[in-house]
Amino acid sequence: MDLLEYAVIGGILYGIFFSLIAIGLNLVFGVMRIINLAHGQFILLGGFGAYILSSALGLNPLYGIPLAVFGAVVIGWPLYYAVVPQLQRSRDPEMLSFILFFGIAQIIESLSVFAFGADQRSLPDEALGAGSFGLLGQEFPDSWWVAVLVSAIAIFGLYLYFAHTKLGYATRAIMSNRDEARATGISVDRLSAIAFVIGLALAGIAGVFVPYLIGSISPDLGNGLTTTSFAIVIIGSLGNPLGTIVGGLVFGLGTMLMQTYYASWSNLVPYALLLIIVLIRPSGLLGKAVRLA
Amino acid sequence: MLRRMRPGAIVLALLAAAFLILPHLYGNQSLLFTLMTFIVLAQGLNLLYGFTGYLPFGYVGFFGCGAYATSLLVLHTGLPVLACVAGGGLAAVLMATILGPLLRLSGAYFSIANLAASQILYYVVANPNLSSITGGPYGLKIDQVYAPEASYLSMLAVLLLTCAIAAYFRVSRFGMALRAMTQDAVSAAMAGIDVVRQRLIVWLISAAIGGLAGGIYAWYLSVFYPDAVFTLQISVFAIVFALFGGVGTVIGPIVGCAVLYTLYAAIGISTPQYFQLLYGSLIVLLVLFLPNGVLSLLTRWGRRVF
Repeated sequence: MDLLEYAVIGGILYGIFFSLIAIGLNLVFGVMRIINLAHGQFILLGGFGAYILSSALGLNPLYGIPLAVFGAVVIGWPLYYAVVPQLQRSRDPEMLSFILFFGIAQIIESLSVFAFGADQRSLPDEALGAGSFGLLGQEFPDSWWVAVLVSAIAIFGLYLYFAHTKLGYATRAIMSNRDEARATGISVDRLSAIAFVIGLALAGIAGVFVPYLIGSISPDLGNGLTTTSFAIVIIGSLGNPLGTIVGGLVFGLGTMLMQTYYASWSNLVPYALLLIIVLIRPSGLLGKAVRLA
Repeated sequence: MLRRMRPGAIVLALLAAAFLILPHLYGNQSLLFTLMTFIVLAQGLNLLYGFTGYLPFGYVGFFGCGAYATSLLVLHTGLPVLACVAGGGLAAVLMATILGPLLRLSGAYFSIANLAASQILYYVVANPNLSSITGGPYGLKIDQVYAPEASYLSMLAVLLLTCAIAAYFRVSRFGMALRAMTQDAVSAAMAGIDVVRQRLIVWLISAAIGGLAGGIYAWYLSVFYPDAVFTLQISVFAIVFALFGGVGTVIGPIVGCAVLYTLYAAIGISTPQYFQLLYGSLIVLLVLFLPNGVLSLLTRWGRRVF
């Protein structure tokens, strides 16, 4: 019984963190109908930022969060204008963006191997509190709680942006119909660029905690993170950023339960969930319209 | 009909001549063998992506499936090795039949789901709990049938077969119907094309080619780890090579493999990051400026690319 409690509570915590991991991918898709296949690599860049701050400058890895936001603006803004408008004019933006961002993923991965080597890096444990904190008699390391707290704040912030700001309203208008939003005078390109930057920033912030929740960070984790994010996003429903939380929780609970009871099969969880959901409900658990070929 | 078959016949003859003569001029047979493997894979992927628009990101799943099925047949049955290779192709077709419902998905959903399927297959095969059957992470060994010459020629045969199918798609009514479907599936269905059936046929053919290539690859290596036949890099290379040359044509994937694999052999094996940076940049540039591959330059200059 204890084991089950541990798995369930751990799964919820893990799931909230993985909602943050995946939410940026969903935001970018929802607003631009573009698949950011370099998502995992952007997450890792956030982690490497925190690693540099902590190993070279001796700062607390949490400073990686503002750095990730700054990096997202510096990389995301020019990248958006360099590729996205041209992609959207093309014949099949979804498929071509998929291939193009795969290329960007390869570029980032090779550059991070040049910069950091292929080794696994980890961050100092004590930086986020060395102890552990219990809930219902189950202890989890402090770093988990910090990661979950930051994830909850970031996701809540995104919710506030959508629900209570003018820009957020306009962004939702773009998500429901791009052409009509443009016709009503919304500056679609500028808002999409903002959404793109927010998506990358959320990925980068999640990356700061990857070394704690996954154990270490290395350039080759990128594709795995991208597919996991994809699984979470599709479970929730593609194009609905807040549905990602449902996806994250399903993934977190599934992974933790498998790790507890059938450890050697646990790395199958995201892929199996993805395949099952895609086949029985292509629109995701919270999706509305069903897409057909 | 004869006139329409001529370009295909020329391509096949050139390929056969090249891969029969090259081993005499160039000592590294395994490099040539791998080149052929990638042409087969890029062409097999081109059959599906180039002619139906479905990009199978998990194409390597069929390759690995064929490799394992072939090896298990060699280990557990007394069948001749070529029959085992055919069994590998059959196993991939079986896998594709099971995954058939994926074709209901469109675009990126299909690609990602296919990738997930190949990863599942990999984790199952490499799982230590199944060591007694699949060898788990330690792989399989079939060195009793090791025969580099015979497996080289078999791969050449599969290569010619694959290119012949691509050439058939390029000139036949069937291929024309496929292209109509890609452009507008609804209108194609209205014109009397059985969209679902044709797409499924191409999917199974493409899977069979992946499986056969995997089986022969396992035969040629004769000792392999699950990583060697399931690494995502195989899918990635096949996609990049095909895109570089140009999908939807017969010679596009061949040219793409010849150019990029040579480059890979020159710089990629010792310093993979440089090659990764290079092909990453290539993909970005291709999508932005030449979405139909380098051969589309010829089309732009008014030459018809077969």
